[in-house]
Amino acid sequence: MASIKNILLPDRYVNQVVPTNGFTTLLTFFTSAAMAFLIVFSLAMSFAADRLAQSWSDSLANSATLRVSAPLADLESQTAAALNVLSNTKGIASFRLLKAEEQQALLEPWFGPKVPISNLPMPRLISIEEDENGYDRVGLRLRLAAEVPSAVLDDHTRWREPLVKAAYRIWFLGWLSIGLVFFIVISMMSLVTRAALSSNKKVIEVLRLVGATDQYIAAAFVRKFAFRAFFGSMLGAFGASMTLFLLPSEADQTVILAGLRLEGFEWSWLIFVPLSFFVFTFFTARIASLSILRSLT
Amino acid sequence: MESVAYSYGEELLSELNISISQGSFYFLTGPSGSGKTTFLKMCYGSLIPTSGNLSVFGKDSCGWSRDEIAYLRRKIGVVHQDCQFLDHLNVADNIALPIKVSARNSLSDSVNLKELLNWVGLSHRSKALPPELSGGERQRAALARAIIMSPDVILADEPTGNIDWEMSQRLIRLLIELNHMGKTVVIATHDLNLIRFTKAGVQARVLRISNKTVQLAGSDL
Repeated sequence: MASIKNILLPDRYVNQVVPTNGFTTLLTFFTSAAMAFLIVFSLAMSFAADRLAQSWSDSLANSATLRVSAPLADLESQTAAALNVLSNTKGIASFRLLKAEEQQALLEPWFGPKVPISNLPMPRLISIEEDENGYDRVGLRLRLAAEVPSAVLDDHTRWREPLVKAAYRIWFLGWLSIGLVFFIVISMMSLVTRAALSSNKKVIEVLRLVGATDQYIAAAFVRKFAFRAFFGSMLGAFGASMTLFLLPSEADQTVILAGLRLEGFEWSWLIFVPLSFFVFTFFTARIASLSILRSLT
Repeated sequence: MESVAYSYGEELLSELNISISQGSFYFLTGPSGSGKTTFLKMCYGSLIPTSGNLSVFGKDSCGWSRDEIAYLRRKIGVVHQDCQFLDHLNVADNIALPIKVSARNSLSDSVNLKELLNWVGLSHRSKALPPELSGGERQRAALARAIIMSPDVILADEPTGNIDWEMSQRLIRLLIELNHMGKTVVIATHDLNLIRFTKAGVQARVLRISNKTVQLAGSDL
């Protein structure tokens, strides 16, 4: 408790007993800034992946596509039969036959804008939206097989599952990266504390000579590291936020990294980044410094 | 001390049997490397005897925890030959360091600090950094730091080793004044002139370390 009090309450002497020069000052500050920058990007990546998985899952889960692939002569009658089956199926909120232009738009990414679609043996596509109760997929397939043998019901499961899985993998990798970055921060702080105490043996000797306890000496070092890490990580988090803010918006789908951003309450996580750095640095530096001081007689 | 011994692998001190009473003034003499510094370090808990019983303020050294050693040092003022300051702090801050590490009330201490700086003749040097001080000023600053907590005991290890005779006399006069205030003073030195000078002003006893043990020297010094 005494150490926490020394850390949080202003005490000119606790601040001053450890010289501020030395490479550990800059190393702690800039490494914290760099690590916080990476953490914010990992957070943004995780949140973006989560949003994507959610969006794919939600948007495709309640829809299906019925594809009617019949010889040209039977295509219209088969399509009409399929529409008839759908209109008599419970659980379907709406269905709609895609227009030729819409089908052309779907093919554009692969074949370009001027595909002579009317000359091609294109199947007819029917978009289906189910209601909140859903429809009986097995029953519909059996009816279609009997009445419209050329129709194939695609409920998007085949596409949706790998996409959602991939998005969740990215989400997991984002959090794993955050964990690894904090592991690096802890390792670095442990090394920096050891280096600082080793290069300040004279300071420790003097403080002990005048009656300083190990807790007081540790607090003097820990305070410096904790605040350097805190302010460094604030800088890094701010830099990352600005970068995310300036990235292209999701509307511009042609740009890589579009959609990599924080939204709404996700921005509040930025507060936790410097706080986490402070807490991790505080405990790591304290444990390391007390352990070193115990070994110094 | 009862049968106290200290060994750095090879035994340096053995069979130390001595009791230092409150308010006394002692000199500790002996050739270089005889164990004077080791003797003092054991007294303020920097070294723990390898055998025997050492008791300071009634507490046996065997039971000292790390925190207890720190608290013990607040009751014992130590002056080293090389002074040991924090070079990045000014003289006033260095002298006030024992108060700050013990978290005493700062307002009353600041009054004490001014008086103390005046007493050791360093009022005009309070903002100077330790490397800017002369040898004599450093020793007086070290003495001021050693006594700011009003300790019961002052241990000085070769305090006049790096200063001229005039400064040595000035320092000794301060130590004698402290002894007259009831403080116990133990000075490790091999300067016989200093001992003779001191004995003119105070009843000082001389302990001599020879053949690994300490003996009370005769009055011929």
